[in-house]
Amino acid sequence: MNTMNPQASFNAEALTSGFARGPGVFIEPLSFWGGYDTETGTIVEQSHPAFGQSLAGVILLMARAKGSSSSSSVLAEAIRNKTGPAGIVLCERDLIIAIGVIVANELYASQVPLVLASSEDFEQLCKTGGVIQIDAPAGEETARVAIERSSAL
Amino acid sequence: MLQLSERDAAMLNGEAGSGVALAMRIVTRTANVMGADRLIDITSAHIDGCLYHGAASLDFVERFVQSETRVAVPTTLNVGSLDLIHPELYQGEQSTQRAAERLMKAHIELGCESSFTCAPYQLKHRPKLGDQIAWAESNAIVFANSVLGARTSRYGDFLDLAAAITGRAPYAGLHVTENRAAQILIRVADFGALPGRDVFFAALGFLLGKAAGASVGAIDGLPPDTTEDELKALGAAAASSGAVALFHGIGITPEAPTLDAACQGKPPARVIDVSLEELRAVRRHLNQAKPGDALVAVSLGTPHFSVTEFEQLAALFAAFSAPLACDFYVNTSRFVLWQLESSGIANTLASRGVQIVLDTCTYITPVMKKMSGLVMTNSGKWALYAPANIGVRVAYGSMNECVRSAFTGKVCFDEHDESTGQL
Repeated sequence: MNTMNPQASFNAEALTSGFARGPGVFIEPLSFWGGYDTETGTIVEQSHPAFGQSLAGVILLMARAKGSSSSSSVLAEAIRNKTGPAGIVLCERDLIIAIGVIVANELYASQVPLVLASSEDFEQLCKTGGVIQIDAPAGEETARVAIERSSAL
Repeated sequence: MLQLSERDAAMLNGEAGSGVALAMRIVTRTANVMGADRLIDITSAHIDGCLYHGAASLDFVERFVQSETRVAVPTTLNVGSLDLIHPELYQGEQSTQRAAERLMKAHIELGCESSFTCAPYQLKHRPKLGDQIAWAESNAIVFANSVLGARTSRYGDFLDLAAAITGRAPYAGLHVTENRAAQILIRVADFGALPGRDVFFAALGFLLGKAAGASVGAIDGLPPDTTEDELKALGAAAASSGAVALFHGIGITPEAPTLDAACQGKPPARVIDVSLEELRAVRRHLNQAKPGDALVAVSLGTPHFSVTEFEQLAALFAAFSAPLACDFYVNTSRFVLWQLESSGIANTLASRGVQIVLDTCTYITPVMKKMSGLVMTNSGKWALYAPANIGVRVAYGSMNECVRSAFTGKVCFDEHDESTGQL
């Protein structure tokens, strides 16, 4: 459904399924609870390097999560409110992020793919920037992550 | 690959109703993320999901209410956004108040106990050494694992209730013996004889969280007479500055009679020495005030105050006859308040102007009269979270210093020069 000329693509472990395409946004670890405003869709932790950044509709590139276990609720609420990311790439398996995505899927039938990338692939994603596509078909353990040129959106 | 028991599969297939099936889908999907190969029975659950974070919080629990689902194991509730006993304290928006109140009551309809406390380990029945449980809320998790020796992973919203409804949890993480070995050893200088030592436990916890992240640490050098309240302060701070879910106090906590036991026979990967000067530096870092600065309030009881802490507080109050010079809040549970009512301490403190806050906590919801200015606390956790959450500045001192300061209306530290950190 998308014709694209990927600059690079690789496989990643799919923690949740879905198809997403959007601008890749790299951020330092964020606690969604206390750190993200689900009304405005912006990072509100004042000491966070990406303070003020919107995550709505983006492919979130975050090596690992941090902070409160209430972050599952805040992430699910952001997905419900369409102020959350369209897809998420992590390097470290994180229960709190995964549960937020799983429950949003159960309650609202949202399809936010959450994938685990190797640190080399993650670094390349962050360096290249531009538009990222995640294809994590239901029932499959492997997702395909592709980087497009930024002009392709 | 996750193997389900026959009963698990029946629950997943909807044989126990659509609510149980939803809960089991969440448990099994989480088990897959964790790489667990099976589920295990749990004997209790503690739910953090009754604090309101938006419509998703309520949508989730109402799915279970509508399908007449009930929890399968004894289940306690963490704090909500409101003090249901003193609703007049709430100063936020009415629509949020209504939703937050519904969220708390909906959990009771599912069969949870109306405990509304972040210190479920202070309730009458608590888990024992080796019990497999599913607890949420960072300080409750670290206390259950470390001080009680019960076993829970670091669960959070949604999974906590799903585990309570199915009575099952993924066999992974801290449920597994091998994952409970300490990887980091912290050797702390002897601070047991210092005045106001409660702040040093929280300071040590803060350093533990920074050093350990999510890994397990063992602490050598805790005072032999360390109390549960002091371990509570240590754990709460460690779970705020890091993702600590378990620590061992050598010679103090149940899985650590010796260093060897705490590390399960392997040498620790890292050894960190902590000096008194480093503990004092944490205290200075958490404190934003100078001696003599005017206070709008003192807030104690994060995590919720125990009966013993109330007894200590009442004894400290007895040394002062003048009225309080600023607002004074203490957060605790209904269960602790009942005990204080029978001993007379609740009345004594109320007559001195102390506002006891139940069911919630002063750093997560607008219940204090003045929400700006300088507030003093002895809680490392409160000091870390309150500035961003509710917009106050924080003075950080021992319980004794908090009481003295409240009667003068100004920050006082015991024989302590904050500018140099010298005692």
